[in-house]
Amino acid sequence: MNTRGGDGCPRKKADAAQDRDAGDKPPTPVIAAFKVFQQELDTKHDKYERLVKISRDVTIESKRTIFLLHRVTSVPNAEEILNEAEVKLDGVRQKIGQIAEELRGEDIYQFHRAFTPGIQEYVEAVSFLHYIRHRSLISLEEINASLVFMRTEEVGAQDAAETLLPGTHVLTFQVTPSDYLLGVADLTGELMRMCISSVGNGDIDTPFQLSQFLRQIHDGFSYIGNTGPYEVSKKLHTLRQSLAKVEDACYALRVRGSEIPKHMLADVFSSRTTLIDPEEGVV
Amino acid sequence: MSPILCHSAALFHDKSRCNGGEPVPSRHQSYYTEGRGQFFVIITSSSTVTFFITVFTVRHVRHGDVQPHPGLPGRGPGRQRDMSVTEMFSHIQGFLGADQDVREDIRKVVQLLEQAAREILTVLQSVHQPSGFKEIPSKCARARELFCTVKTHIADLKTKFPAEQYYRFQEHWRFVLQRLAFLVTFVVYLESETLVTREAAAQILGIEVVREKGFHLDVEDYLAGVLIMASELSRLAVNSVTAGDYTRPLRISNFINELDSGFRLLNLKNDPLRKRYDGLKYDVKKIEEVVYDLSIRGLAKEAESAGDK
Repeated sequence: MNTRGGDGCPRKKADAAQDRDAGDKPPTPVIAAFKVFQQELDTKHDKYERLVKISRDVTIESKRTIFLLHRVTSVPNAEEILNEAEVKLDGVRQKIGQIAEELRGEDIYQFHRAFTPGIQEYVEAVSFLHYIRHRSLISLEEINASLVFMRTEEVGAQDAAETLLPGTHVLTFQVTPSDYLLGVADLTGELMRMCISSVGNGDIDTPFQLSQFLRQIHDGFSYIGNTGPYEVSKKLHTLRQSLAKVEDACYALRVRGSEIPKHMLADVFSSRTTLIDPEEGVV
Repeated sequence: MSPILCHSAALFHDKSRCNGGEPVPSRHQSYYTEGRGQFFVIITSSSTVTFFITVFTVRHVRHGDVQPHPGLPGRGPGRQRDMSVTEMFSHIQGFLGADQDVREDIRKVVQLLEQAAREILTVLQSVHQPSGFKEIPSKCARARELFCTVKTHIADLKTKFPAEQYYRFQEHWRFVLQRLAFLVTFVVYLESETLVTREAAAQILGIEVVREKGFHLDVEDYLAGVLIMASELSRLAVNSVTAGDYTRPLRISNFINELDSGFRLLNLKNDPLRKRYDGLKYDVKKIEEVVYDLSIRGLAKEAESAGDK
């Protein structure tokens, strides 16, 4: 007896005939049960894969936004770039809306691994934009406040923090505190790059602000220590390196800033700091 | 002195924001607030120091000979007061601390569950001994009694976390739940030589089958339990021959082959369940070898005819 599920009708009939010939009821309770399991598992896996795909799109678009935002230091009209970034992030938010749609009625933690990379990347991008605009750290509440989606569909299940309004439907996506933390940890790497590149563009104001900001974030992570998700401990190491680079940059500016013409400051940093992209630091 | 008071006041304000619960999702409300209380003494002292350093650094920078660079926009604060970085991390720490407390509670109950599972396993292991075969009914009865303890512990476990966050904490009890699923499946097999349904297994453990109804037996955990039982049955086949029971291996063989057909219907991903399933073919093979050994020596036919008479 070798039944394979999911085949077309003629095959099933032949199998059923075989079973009858062999004297078994088609199908046995065990096989029937496993067919149910097959469907359950397939449904779950399909949803997981859909979420992985959306998450990848979110990651890619968020990364592109971050690259776009880096150009703010080297371009005269920064406001245009910021607006473009805002538009891109709105697109990302729509994708996150799709994630929220998929998660409707589900336990989000069952699928968390599928979309956490995308969400972390999104947090990185949105907090980067927020920092450039406002020189502060965006709060978790603010991020979640912007992830509210209106849907004009029928009533669905109640699990993913929905509220029912007459006619329309509100869907929310809540970034978890640990995803927020991991996104902010990645943000520090981008801030470090921004610091170095802004020096190369003759801006000797930003590095000091960034240094102070990064130090606060670093202190915050040290305070959290091991109580956070274990990935935080790994990122703390990278964060320390980023902070050291930024602090070295400020030191060099303070000690030698007045001596060296601005356009040559970049060369000073190229020799002192490692792991700088060849593009950055060039006016 | 006043900056310290302002800062602390801000933190207290922050706590009430957390409790008031409008931006914070409701699912966090019930147990996160408890976690925050413990951290207050520590928060105030470390962040005050940071606050002072921050103030000092800012002043120091302003007095340096730097010119504001036109390229970077949005300098001024112009918006409503943002939480400072320190406040944000304290806020997050509140969540993390509360989360850790919940996990600690869960761990304690899971330890008790593991203890109960070990007791049941000890009772059932003895069926492999030659003398054990006759005592199977009494052992099953004893195991069923012990499942009541399991029910109590699981009922306790359910109270330790919000019902809708099963998968958030699943990893804590996954192992023991799979063990329990195996034990239930094994007991039912010993009693009736059938495969216990997921519904019946869940009932013995006092849990649900459907996620929406509460703490449930995930289909993957049930299947893992079934696969563990398959290994146990291959061992039982061998030992029953040693004990002189020559008919049991044939019945085990039919049962395992049916299980194998069932598992072949599943489309598995490369996850732990798939790895465990890969072990099933070795169990099938081992049992087939036992059956082969019996049949070529005519031992199985002998036992059958003896049974018929």
